[in-house]
Amino acid sequence: MRIISLFILFPLLGAFAASFFAFGEENKTKIRASNIIAGFVTGGVLVLSLLMIGRHGIYNLGGWSPLLGITLVFDGFASSVLAVTSFVVFMCTVFSFRYIASYNSAGKFYTLLLLMVAGINGVLLTGDIFNLFIFLEIASVSSYALVAFGTSKHELEASFKYLVQSSVGAAFILLGIAFVYSYTSNLNMAHIASVVRQEGFSAEIYLALAFFTAGFSIKAALIPFHAWLPDAHPAAPAPVSAMLSGVLIKTVGIYALVRLGYSMLGMTQGALPQLLIYSGVFSMIFGALLALGQWDFKRLLAFHSISQMGYIALGFGLATPLGITAGLFHLMNHSVFKSLLFLNAGAVYFRTGIRDLRRMKGIAKLMPVSGSTSMIASLSISGIPPFNGFWSKLLIIIACVQAGHPVLAFWAVLGSIITLSSFMKVQKNGFLGETEEKKVKEAPLSMTTPMIALAFLCVFMGLMLLPGPREILFDSAAAVLLESGEYIEMVLGK
Amino acid sequence: MTNNVPFAYGLCMLLFFIGLYGVITKKNLVKIIISILIMNNAVNLFILLLGFRSQGKVPIMTADTDALKFALRAMDPLPQAMVLSSIVIGFSIAALMVAVAVRLYKRYGTMDISKIRELRE
Repeated sequence: MRIISLFILFPLLGAFAASFFAFGEENKTKIRASNIIAGFVTGGVLVLSLLMIGRHGIYNLGGWSPLLGITLVFDGFASSVLAVTSFVVFMCTVFSFRYIASYNSAGKFYTLLLLMVAGINGVLLTGDIFNLFIFLEIASVSSYALVAFGTSKHELEASFKYLVQSSVGAAFILLGIAFVYSYTSNLNMAHIASVVRQEGFSAEIYLALAFFTAGFSIKAALIPFHAWLPDAHPAAPAPVSAMLSGVLIKTVGIYALVRLGYSMLGMTQGALPQLLIYSGVFSMIFGALLALGQWDFKRLLAFHSISQMGYIALGFGLATPLGITAGLFHLMNHSVFKSLLFLNAGAVYFRTGIRDLRRMKGIAKLMPVSGSTSMIASLSISGIPPFNGFWSKLLIIIACVQAGHPVLAFWAVLGSIITLSSFMKVQKNGFLGETEEKKVKEAPLSMTTPMIALAFLCVFMGLMLLPGPREILFDSAAAVLLESGEYIEMVLGK
Repeated sequence: MTNNVPFAYGLCMLLFFIGLYGVITKKNLVKIIISILIMNNAVNLFILLLGFRSQGKVPIMTADTDALKFALRAMDPLPQAMVLSSIVIGFSIAALMVAVAVRLYKRYGTMDISKIRELRE
């Protein structure tokens, strides 16, 4: 399975190549060249990830055995998340072709973007906890710089806030890794899993779990660690906001936490799932409530990211096969519709320079594609059938009832209702209605195509729950997370 | 000497929480940056101590070393490698933070974060 190392190598090489066009006078050729590099790399990663769906395997970097070197593990969980994130990343890259030209430094932008992609893919694939930390920091450091990319007052302020809180989170994570290492004297996740299974939990492991939970909750912006997100995500350029909300907080936040907590430490009962459930419910309700009062379109979307992360955490926190499926499915769906919404906001901003919903009024008449795709995404995030958000929320609710928590199901429904009301506000004030403005045109083709593609997925992703795709995408992921034996066997052999 | 190691662990933790305290309470950009560096370095020290062994040997194996004796005496080299990477990451974060802080100072004319808060109206 040498091919899986390409998921990391390809974006890294692309970042290196794009950096050649990062300095000196900006001109058309440079922008075009870096566009081509970024499109080629992210497109390549997308094709690769689609080809690899349903396959499993490991690759030992440098040929060292898993106990000594770094192992890349391509299992069911990683492959499902990777397919969706690569799709979203590719769409965001295509969207930035025209969008980023106005920032006057396309080369720098794509260098950072591709580094972030390399970090995200690394977090998804790595089988070594310290390596996970490294990739997590690669992704985070490039995202700090991307948030500050416009270098205006507010962007810098948001970036600094994000930097401080997120690096505190990183320090917690590193401390957790140190505690795990002190107990197992090894960094390989599968080996740690087998040691913990044999020797049982000790004080070190509990401490490590506490630090992991704190650190990754900051990265995932679960309430009460959410303060940076509503500032940082709207401050970035639109395609980056879409990637931060749609991909980054999921992979370096909830994915990494669940990977370490469930498949490495095997804590599918007890404190960690409980914490995920409670912080999930709090994020779900308060994120949506905080969003209600917002008039800045992107800021409103950022608050909804907190709320939707709550749903994902709730799904994973139930720690039943159905709960994991529901959480993973909602993770994929949220990647798609939230990045679509951010791209809509970006398209409107690109043409009009407006982010305030009260001043957007009636924009759907002038920008029909952005208007209709944003309608699809709004219905999707509010959980209206037949769009994808409905199916995953339904699954989460069913999983709650099945796991014996009907109260949680009630909160999930309530959160969905609040979400619906806030997106009715978006549609009524922002997109629908009459307008006197005549001059605004629809966004260019390179922006509408990604929006249409994502909207298409919003409509049809419900089909993933059919028995065939479901086995490939979700069942193997649930197995990896809930039975650490399977993961250990895959990496270390029998 | 051996008995002092748990004490040193405690000191590392103390240093870590001093850093955390600084991040939470300080209002000056530079002091916040310094506090984060303190946190990072506390973690680095802690990891280094994990591989420490009193009167241990340098972990270099030659052809005529007895593997068993070596395993009993040598220090653990892996934490040192980890700390190296961690220092590099800490450095890049520090550089970025300082760069952003300089820009912030130019835009707002102050280092006080309680005055740099236009985002939360």
